[in-house]
Amino acid sequence: MRVLLGTKPPAIEREVYIKDEEPTDPRYGKPPDKRGVEELLQAGIINLDKPAGPTSHDVVAWIKKMFNLKKAGHGGTLEPL
Amino acid sequence: MLGRATKIAQALMTAPKEYVCLMRLHGRVTEDELVEVLRKFIGPIYQRPPLRSSVKRVVRIRRIYYIELLDREDRNVLIRVGCERGTYIRKLCHDIGELLGCGAHMQELRRTKVGPFEEDETLVTLQDVMDAYRMWRDHNYDECLRSIIMPIEKAVEHLPKLVIRDSAVDAICHGAWLAVPGVLRIDSGIKVGDTVAIMTQKGELVAIAEATMRSEEILTADHGIAAKLVQVLMAPGIYPPAWKKK
Repeated sequence: MRVLLGTKPPAIEREVYIKDEEPTDPRYGKPPDKRGVEELLQAGIINLDKPAGPTSHDVVAWIKKMFNLKKAGHGGTLEPL
Repeated sequence: MLGRATKIAQALMTAPKEYVCLMRLHGRVTEDELVEVLRKFIGPIYQRPPLRSSVKRVVRIRRIYYIELLDREDRNVLIRVGCERGTYIRKLCHDIGELLGCGAHMQELRRTKVGPFEEDETLVTLQDVMDAYRMWRDHNYDECLRSIIMPIEKAVEHLPKLVIRDSAVDAICHGAWLAVPGVLRIDSGIKVGDTVAIMTQKGELVAIAEATMRSEEILTADHGIAAKLVQVLMAPGIYPPAWKKK
């Protein structure tokens, strides 16, 4: 039987306060969902399920090599078993 | 994190985490005894980092937000733990064992949540990445890769937002703090000291900042600094500087 102790934090409900309105210039910038692969490779995130063998460092090196990236990083290693 | 997204590593590191952990007890314990002891670890607990750690080994306080007992089979106990960053689950298991009297250790650990990232349809394997890469490289099909690589904005999904005018963007990209006149929309519930995400009206992440005013103050003030920069994410030059406008 599953038992939950403590509380899982509820999603924070936020309102949006509008201070002012102003149109955005379509000539500059681009909504994130319109980005192409090259742009995503410059500033993107992969939610990767790392297998137990390679280290996080190994995986980052592998990804950098695959996509020919100068820079890539990981979100932190687990504590050692 | 790819390219410029490596800069959000710091912001993610401070986010709460969730783990699923296989704990192995060193003796016999009833379900009631187990639940009662687990309950004692909810809230702030003391921890000294273990020998093999990269941080200074001083006793510190960390919060356990929840522990869910998922399954139990004799000495094997499967738990889900929601906790503050920097909590050592191995130490938690050890201390649970101490309180139970029989001892326990952490057998296996899996991190299941970091800030806005969790085990959902965005979670992919190395194989998935490789396949998507090949589809793109060899067949010019980019849909797989585009569904795997998330825009950097995903990393701040959980943060309250301040949406700013186009004219304020470039200054922030150059390190200027956010002044109240530049703000168009404010998420409610922002307190002084909160980490906030500064966004363009097109939904692009400009910077991560620390609020120096509450939501209501930013809304009603006509001057002053709303937030001080913690980390710029957007490259300068994407939006023109204000003095060049028109």
